Amino acid sequence: MLAEETEAAVHAAGWFLEHAWLIPVIPAVAFFLIIGFGKRLPRGGSEIGIASMVASLVIATGTAYQWIDLTRHTEHAHAVTKSWTWFKIGELDISIGSRIDGLSMMLLFLVAFISSLVQLYSTEYVRGDRRFTHFFAALTLFSAGMLTMVLAPNMVQLILGWEIMGLCSFMLIGHWWEERANSEAALKAFWTVRVGDMGLLVGTAMLLSIFGTLDITEINEKAAEFAGDHKLLMWSAVALFIACIGKSGQFPLHTWLPDAMAGPTPVSSLLHSSTMVVAGVFLVARLYPVFHTGLDINVAGNHFNLIAVIGGITILIAAALAFVQNDIKKVLAYSTVSQLGYMMMGLGVGAWVPAVFHIFTHAFFKCALFLSAGSIAHTGSHHSFDMKKDMGGLRKKMPITFGVWIVSTLALCGVPFFSGFFSKDEIIDSAHGNHYTVFYIIGLIGAFMTTAYMTRATYLTFFGEARGGAAHFVHGHDDHAHDDHAADAHVADAHGHDVHDDHGHAEPTHGKPLGFAPTDSPWQITVPLLILGVLAVVSGYINAAPFHLEYFHEWVHSSIGVEVPEAPVFEWINAVPSIVLVALGFIVSLALCKAVFGEKKNALQGLTQRSSILGAGHRFLVNKYYLDALYEKVIVRSIAHPISKAVYWTNQNVLDGIVNAVGKGGKRSGELVYKYLDQGLVDGAVNGSGATARGAGTALQPVQSGKVNLYGALLFGAAAVGALVLVLVNS
Amino acid sequence: MIQDQQWLLSVGVFLPLVGVLIMLFIPKKDEATAKGVAIITAAATLAVGIYTLVQFDYDQSEKLQFFTTNHWIKPINATYTVGLDGISLPLYILSMIITLLVMIYSWDHVPNPGNAKAFFILMLVLQTGMAGTFAAQDLILFFVFFEVVLLPMYFMIGVWGGENRQYASLKFFLYTMFGSALMLVAFIALYINTGSVSFSIPYLIEHGSSIAKNTAIWIFAGMFIGFAVKVPMFPFHTWLPDAHTQAPTQGSVILAAILLKLGTYGFVRIALPILPQAAEKWAPAIGVLAVIGIIYGSLGCLAQTDMKRLIAFSSVAHMGFVMLGISTLTPLGINAALFGMVAHGLITGMLFFVAGSVKERYHTLEIKRLSGMLLQMPRMGWILGFCAMASLGLPGLAGFWGEFPAILASWSPSEILVANGHQTLFRVLTIIAALGTVLAAAYLLWLYQRTAFGEPTAEFAGAGHGHDDHGHGDHGHGDHGHGDDHGDDHHSDIHDVSTFEWIAWTPLLIAIVVFGVVPSLMFKVMDPAVQQLASVFGGK
Repeated sequence: MLAEETEAAVHAAGWFLEHAWLIPVIPAVAFFLIIGFGKRLPRGGSEIGIASMVASLVIATGTAYQWIDLTRHTEHAHAVTKSWTWFKIGELDISIGSRIDGLSMMLLFLVAFISSLVQLYSTEYVRGDRRFTHFFAALTLFSAGMLTMVLAPNMVQLILGWEIMGLCSFMLIGHWWEERANSEAALKAFWTVRVGDMGLLVGTAMLLSIFGTLDITEINEKAAEFAGDHKLLMWSAVALFIACIGKSGQFPLHTWLPDAMAGPTPVSSLLHSSTMVVAGVFLVARLYPVFHTGLDINVAGNHFNLIAVIGGITILIAAALAFVQNDIKKVLAYSTVSQLGYMMMGLGVGAWVPAVFHIFTHAFFKCALFLSAGSIAHTGSHHSFDMKKDMGGLRKKMPITFGVWIVSTLALCGVPFFSGFFSKDEIIDSAHGNHYTVFYIIGLIGAFMTTAYMTRATYLTFFGEARGGAAHFVHGHDDHAHDDHAADAHVADAHGHDVHDDHGHAEPTHGKPLGFAPTDSPWQITVPLLILGVLAVVSGYINAAPFHLEYFHEWVHSSIGVEVPEAPVFEWINAVPSIVLVALGFIVSLALCKAVFGEKKNALQGLTQRSSILGAGHRFLVNKYYLDALYEKVIVRSIAHPISKAVYWTNQNVLDGIVNAVGKGGKRSGELVYKYLDQGLVDGAVNGSGATARGAGTALQPVQSGKVNLYGALLFGAAAVGALVLVLVNS
Repeated sequence: MIQDQQWLLSVGVFLPLVGVLIMLFIPKKDEATAKGVAIITAAATLAVGIYTLVQFDYDQSEKLQFFTTNHWIKPINATYTVGLDGISLPLYILSMIITLLVMIYSWDHVPNPGNAKAFFILMLVLQTGMAGTFAAQDLILFFVFFEVVLLPMYFMIGVWGGENRQYASLKFFLYTMFGSALMLVAFIALYINTGSVSFSIPYLIEHGSSIAKNTAIWIFAGMFIGFAVKVPMFPFHTWLPDAHTQAPTQGSVILAAILLKLGTYGFVRIALPILPQAAEKWAPAIGVLAVIGIIYGSLGCLAQTDMKRLIAFSSVAHMGFVMLGISTLTPLGINAALFGMVAHGLITGMLFFVAGSVKERYHTLEIKRLSGMLLQMPRMGWILGFCAMASLGLPGLAGFWGEFPAILASWSPSEILVANGHQTLFRVLTIIAALGTVLAAAYLLWLYQRTAFGEPTAEFAGAGHGHDDHGHGDHGHGDHGHGDDHGDDHHSDIHDVSTFEWIAWTPLLIAIVVFGVVPSLMFKVMDPAVQQLASVFGGK
């Protein structure tokens, strides 16, 4: 980065834009403080975590304000970069610092905001956990990592943040590592993402070879006007996209994300739905010129490209899987995967602003949904996440949770006037407008499926007869009774979240609920829920096409870095198909739910057991298309067992066999030489050195050490002969 | 060449021998005095090293500093020539630090069969050999120091090693000797082919490029074998797992941290600059073997059932990255390699320390029998996790800067390799090497899962602390029927990190973080020297 340019930009900017680098530094420092002193503090380090996140949030808000101010005065605002040389190898100058533009501003605010709320929520949710301090440390480090990545001025800093998030994800998923299932989920997440990261490493190497720099601004500028070897750029886009597939849970590497729900619920809501998993989407948006040019997005006559195809497939396959989950968190996990598919598809069809806007709105309502699920488990269902066994009929006893859930669900489904409508519908609309008909249809089908599976989940959770843990809660006299009941019976449940989340509650001391909802969760849980619930509605209005509100567009569009088609003008008539499909999804799903899960006996119940075709389809979905079986049972197992064993066998028997054979041969010839040829001379050496060896080691066999010297002498002799031969040959 | 303070390197190299001399007069029974003298000597040596660090002129790190040359063996024109530049300085200092820390660790960890005096003397001799190798600027001197290292390590493994020490030490000694012999041949050939004037490395760098290409390729072959055995590169690595597994903890740490680097250092210091015309021909082969080493070593790790042997195999993989960096012949790649050497020294050194302490507590390193270390020894478990993360190349920790730039460099190898039509080969190698990072995560975290996570296995349950708050009283002390050879009292061995361990480990742990966060600390020192070296290959 040129120094003058940076200074000029900063001069025009303001204090916050100039000091945005503090945003990740504060939680990073807080992490070390928590690790070092957290246990000695009255609130176990959570106070440091929350304080640091709030401080970051303040600076992020200031940054956002000043950036918005900047965009108001300049038509095409340039990124404000502030950086220092990190290290230098020859001409390759890698800097570290901050690069603020619309995209990074938006995510900085988002991450700091949601992290703050989730940390507050966690003080109640993981209260009394035996690794309470570690939990907050990891949560804080995660935020530092994400913030570092978001404002990275170059690829190296981006990778740094990216991998720190991976580490924290590992630590937090495996938070309750005593149980095998949790540590396995943690490992699976880390490995799967790491497979994608190969693409990040190689893709970065490719960028360096194409552009001669790793600076993001320069890469984007050069890629937008790229005139070199297009094939190379395409491959680098493909490689980088593989990393995004891994991190953002896209097909076919999405399998880690549902398993990641083994972590505590705040982790699921922060890392595995609203922030970390959008890192892949962020990378595509960040380096959009590379992908846009490399993958020929928006080129006339080109109806498919890698990003759109992967995004489209992901929408459908994940939504389908959400139908067969009994675990409420897994429904939400697949829903997340599916929504990430929408974002990717949006980027794939050239709808950059709607896709990025969908990151923004999705973060609020998906975080709210996860936290609601956590609230239910914490208070209503005795730490169980099983909708069929331990939920139902919770709406009256948990009014806040229920209200937030409903509002967020409506936003997720894309019901008009809720936030999701303004972002998701814009993606679908743009797919249509940019002539990506196939993806337009996929988007519509996805909307239908989303409504349908969310209706099912809502029905099972809040309506109908209260079952298991919920029955105890709804009908019981004591709200927080922790005596034995049916919920404990399925300890052996394969998914077993109910058991895992129980770790946090060695002592059932609960915080105080809000006054107007005395049977709902404590305020540390319901306050964040209420804030997020409000945002699930209003956050959409900063970019609401039907009302000609385009603030968001104005703030972020300069980050695109390349020409994309104008967003189509909004007309209600174009929104009709999606609205109709959403309504249809609701009606069909509700009817089916009532029939299948309702009281009355009818033909639909147990249909999957009776019809072999439906049964096979159901099994196919329950087994997650057998992808997990392929990865774990075939690929991983074959590498971990037969392949590595075969390599090791080769090592021991072939390579080492040769070495041992040579050694034995040497020994035999040595004995022959010793015996017949040069006894006097070598003997002297042997005895001399042998004596030394004897002195040094009592356990050492003198004979053995004597042999060493014999071999040594022989080898030196051979070396001398060899040298002579070589000299003679070459002279 | 800067010829100031000519005494400095000689003092740094030979000071440990003064300590040895003093120790010879200490009675064998007075172990504390022997240990004390040895540690003071190592500390004094490190003080000289730090003084060197302060006096080093970082603006001219491409030049040899503290340079001195003297007649030594006149008939063959071998001279006593020593000097340090940006390439050797980090390794020179690292050897001093590691020796001191290993000695501190040894204070209460003298392995069986005891005899602290001899053990510490060997470490001091080793230190002289290691520092001397990095300081030497004359091939014969280099060779002598290179060999001096061999003997103490041989005794260390052979006397203080594990059950199979005889075989391992002999194999280590002979294999390395075999390599050295060929290396010596190459040195002599080099000497004769440059007119039998001098063994001095600066002289040979100046005149080596005049050697006919075919001859140079043969000479390079000799050096290649010598260094490749030491690194060790696939397929010359089979001595390493045995040596590491059988060596006492101290031996393993020194072996991993310093001795392996003698090989890679040899490539950078001797083979590449003296015979660039041959290096360019050999580079593709080195690259291929390096990448085979990465994958092969990683797969080997996955097959291990013994923690220490697993760490040993991981060295094969990591040194593969170092060699891949060297084979690109670019400044970026060679910088990565040099960084990787130090990082691997710190990280794998730490891993061997931890393995040693685990063995001391559980009397086994069999992965199956270890479990729940985080519950029994939370701090040790965290350190193991930290080192595993560092070893798999997590950015922000030192290991990353050895791997990532090597991958960047191998995608764009030096111009001379591109001109020879090897670009595609190196790009394939890049992708395979990247696969190695996945496998590294696989074997390290799998190891971590099996040893640190979960509950302690029945035979070790009920020991250590951190278990009480867990409330699993049913494990208790009632499970002793599990047929272990050490009787009941061995549970009392299971305790968390001890004071001497903390003293020995903290500097390494801090260094892993510091070099990870501020890589320029090392790149700045090395880069000018590397640029100068790589300029022959048209590097950029």
